[in-house]
Amino acid sequence: MVGTTGLDLIEVTLLSLYVSGMATILGSAIGIPLGALIGLKEFGGKGAVKTVTYTLYGFPPVLSGLFVYYLFSRAGPFGSLGVLFTPTAMIIAETFLVIPLVTGITITSVVEVDKNIKDTVRAMGASSRQSTLTIMREAWVGLVMACMIGFGRVIAEVGAAYLVGGNIDGKTKVLTTAIMLETRMGHFEWAMALGAVLLFVALAVFFFLRLLQEKELL
Amino acid sequence: MTASMELHGVAKRYKEVAAVRDVSLAVRKGEILGILGPSGAGKSTLLRIVGLLEPPDSGTVKLDDRAVDARSVEAPMLRRKMGIVLQKPVVLNRSVRNNLAYALRIRGWDEASIYMRVDEELKRLGLGDRSNKNARVLSGGEMQRLCFARSTIHDPDVLLLDEFAANLDPANVSLLEQMIRQFASRGSSKSIVLVTHNLFQAKRMCDRVALMWDGEIIEIAAKHKFFEDPGDERTAAFVRGELVY
Ligand SMILES: Nc1ncnc2c1ncn2[C@@H]1O[C@H](COP(=O)(O)OP(=O)(O)OP(=O)(O)O)[C@@H](O)[C@H]1O
Ligand SMILES: [Mg+2]
Repeated sequence: MVGTTGLDLIEVTLLSLYVSGMATILGSAIGIPLGALIGLKEFGGKGAVKTVTYTLYGFPPVLSGLFVYYLFSRAGPFGSLGVLFTPTAMIIAETFLVIPLVTGITITSVVEVDKNIKDTVRAMGASSRQSTLTIMREAWVGLVMACMIGFGRVIAEVGAAYLVGGNIDGKTKVLTTAIMLETRMGHFEWAMALGAVLLFVALAVFFFLRLLQEKELL
Repeated sequence: MTASMELHGVAKRYKEVAAVRDVSLAVRKGEILGILGPSGAGKSTLLRIVGLLEPPDSGTVKLDDRAVDARSVEAPMLRRKMGIVLQKPVVLNRSVRNNLAYALRIRGWDEASIYMRVDEELKRLGLGDRSNKNARVLSGGEMQRLCFARSTIHDPDVLLLDEFAANLDPANVSLLEQMIRQFASRGSSKSIVLVTHNLFQAKRMCDRVALMWDGEIIEIAAKHKFFEDPGDERTAAFVRGELVY
């Protein structure tokens, strides 16, 4: 039988955290600076870029999976890398889902920083780089929020994880895909248990980020 | 007397509003110049142009006899040499101490001298005991003192103040005025531009006073002349407190 066991549970949970965590970190590492630039710099087509970013919130996860699947499939351009059905492929697919969210929330957060703060920083003679960093710091609560929402999206995601991961035992099985499999096999208790773990993990991470958000940076 | 800053035929409009129209002005070294005028006259806009925060639509801004541009790459460097208190003073979301430190860090001071200077300044401000508190919990008066200190801590030669004492009680106003006088006495070449709509404050503080009216400077004169023998009818009425705004 191919169901989940107690030992697996830890492995599956850790892999879930690893994939979602990495995707959140990578997605934020790209999305936060990108959002800050889009939000704070003046350039032609800015409105269009913002609209595209916000529209991509609605990007269906399974399409991100499909896209990454194609890239790394044998017929695809990176087929030879052997990345398909590994956590790496899952991380890449999930990262694509995180980027628009983090970028968009970052744009909103930095734009909303009080204009008087922006003026004051400029009046002191901050270079464009210095003032961007300062404004990002003023937008701290929003930036952590961006990471939270990004993480929330990927920890709960099944479609892309299943498509490019394949739910392989001990290799790419994560909480969401395991729940799907167990439920389909009629192992409701296991599915429920996994569900409880998923819920706990998600809430624990959100709680931690919430503390980080509250932290006064003095 | 030499000028530290000059405006030549400066104009600025926001869509259909002509905020500043054809202003020429020289701020002398060592003087406190008051800019009076009713609300909406363009005082803040003028100050922001002088502070290189806003480029004028036309005309030139000169610092120490050199034409400068708020959009140029050297503009941040030039702003670092000035001190500006904007009309709505705001603090950064960090400690009182780090708010002051920030002003020096931007200007490239090294960390060791930053905190020495900051702590000395905090003591002078009477905020030493609150130095590690978030600056946003300060009272209005404390916050304005902090903003003033933030703009003067690097000992600039040019200080631009926009309604620095708005909404403050007399005790705090007098404290800040004292700080301005102290600052002015630190060197003989300090130029201070003080935007206010308080006649009495201009009378107390300034060497020369200008009256701004609907985007133009309609009168600029030594304080005594301005208040006792104004050349323009509107100034006379303004000084008598007759024009309601
Ligand atoms: N950023 C802006 N966008 C549009 N209009 C502006 C802007 N800044 C100023 N104005 C307009 O320009 C005019 C002059 O404004 P300014 O703030 O310079 O007046 P002020 O003399 O400082 O007034 P107050 O005493 O009320 O501060 C006003 O009509 C104002 O509405
Ligand atoms: Mg004003």
